[in-house]
Amino acid sequence: MTNLVDPLIINITVFVLAVFVGYHVVWNVTPALHTPLMSVTNAISSVVIVGAILAAGSGTAGVGPFVGAVAVALVAINTFGGFLVTERMLDMFRKKERKPPR
Amino acid sequence: MTPNLVAIAYLIASVLFILSLRGLSHPTTARRGNAAGIAGMILAVLTTFAITRRADIGLAMLAAGGVIGVVIARRVQMTQMPELVAAMHSLVGMAAVLIAVAIVSDPAAFGVAVPIPVGNRIELFVGTIVGAVTFSGSVIAFGKLAGLGRYGRIFSSAPVTFRGQHWVNLALGVAMIGYGTGFVNAAPAAPWLPFLTMTALAFLLGVLIIIPIGGADMPVVISMLNSYSGWAAAGIGFSLNNAMLIIAGSLVGSSGAILSYIMCRAMNRSFFSVILGGFGAAEGVFAGGAAHRTVKAGSPDDAAFLLRNAESVVVVPGYGLAVGRAQHAVKEMADRLTALGVRVRYAIHPVAGRMPGHMNVLLAEADVPYDQVVEMENINADFGATDVAFVLGANDVVNPLAEQPGSPIYGMPILEAHKARTVLVNKRSMAAGYAGVDNPLFYMDRTMMVFGDAKKVVEDIVKALE
Repeated sequence: MTNLVDPLIINITVFVLAVFVGYHVVWNVTPALHTPLMSVTNAISSVVIVGAILAAGSGTAGVGPFVGAVAVALVAINTFGGFLVTERMLDMFRKKERKPPR
Repeated sequence: MTPNLVAIAYLIASVLFILSLRGLSHPTTARRGNAAGIAGMILAVLTTFAITRRADIGLAMLAAGGVIGVVIARRVQMTQMPELVAAMHSLVGMAAVLIAVAIVSDPAAFGVAVPIPVGNRIELFVGTIVGAVTFSGSVIAFGKLAGLGRYGRIFSSAPVTFRGQHWVNLALGVAMIGYGTGFVNAAPAAPWLPFLTMTALAFLLGVLIIIPIGGADMPVVISMLNSYSGWAAAGIGFSLNNAMLIIAGSLVGSSGAILSYIMCRAMNRSFFSVILGGFGAAEGVFAGGAAHRTVKAGSPDDAAFLLRNAESVVVVPGYGLAVGRAQHAVKEMADRLTALGVRVRYAIHPVAGRMPGHMNVLLAEADVPYDQVVEMENINADFGATDVAFVLGANDVVNPLAEQPGSPIYGMPILEAHKARTVLVNKRSMAAGYAGVDNPLFYMDRTMMVFGDAKKVVEDIVKALE
């Protein structure tokens, strides 16, 4: 083949495979942890911060750096808050005997 | 960093995200899973800062948002988790829209060809509308969950419906797609009018699709918005040709979709009937019909007597328990009963609480060991051999009418508390649950009602057990 594959096709390939992985991994999550699942997926979806950082740092004249900076600040709330609140919840699910005596 | 090195770093981060969800398959591995997620996120962010032209603004904003996030995560109460999650979904949606604006404004800065090719425009179109709907829909969901109804009717937990609602939504949807198509075909110099009109319509549509959904369906709505926020992230990944964003977004998207499915199944409702809304409007309508039937009411002392003399007790907690902040009192009651040789377990319905798994978190917060907390499928067979089922603030999820063809809730999976030898029910009053259906469980000969605030009643039982 002389022609390169369109990036869109590669993206769709990645997308379809990732949906399959997600489907199988999530069905294995114990129902007791569905709330932490939601908060951790929230934190993971904040990976769009990558796009926001690029926009904020693009150094161009348009609105890009400004909206990018706003997006970084907004989604950083998720990045930090999401993982931290998940940690807080999971701490409650620890085996009680491991807790130091009060 | 070379592009190849960046791609490999992003690949490692993607794998860490998958491992993060994988860890949640059991409470003992869950913390390791969360650590994997954090590691993945740190790698992704550091790599991105290494390749961006200017890092200073991004770092400052990251710190600012991070501080807010840390403060919120530390202060939030476990009963407020649904609101927090809804608020966070809205932020991801808004970020997706803002990033799309930045890409349209200066495609070259993101490695997108100028003028933007049609394929990328379609990606931007889809990513932006999903992000916008996620944002405004989540803001409404947040308002409903946080009880902001007094500040505006659109935040009311009761469904907000009006004549021709579905037609309005359909017209808006068609117009939105029309402007989106306009954006895809726009002259390179003039993308903004169709792009911004499309985005504004998507914001409006997000509001309109969430307002008709009632409080009882919130677990579905919140899962659905969780899913949307993932698809919005994946959409941005398509626009940026970034596989990590596509992978992370797809994981989140499928997770939210599965949770929506589980919640719908647990309420025996089809996804579309939830989305079309209006459920919950009938709240309390059938409540008066029960006046001629008699219930047996008892005092907390009577309840304590029954519990003390039981060999096995199953507590069925509902949202009423969480609202009354009675978890800690219940835990104390369970401890006393355990000391008396009674086997105490908790039965959890998938829709107990305001979001998937909410009740498990509330019980874990009260230090209830998670191995005493049993899911519906695993405990239903045991109710027949249970001496006392203690229903605390739950109603529809223990309604035996769900087993009777023709009843409004027929087919909904329930906790079979009515099969226990004795049933104790704590409720504030005889009002019907969200489904607005009377509950025959309350009128059985083997049932004793203990009226009152959940916390007060359980505390009185604890005193009586001393």
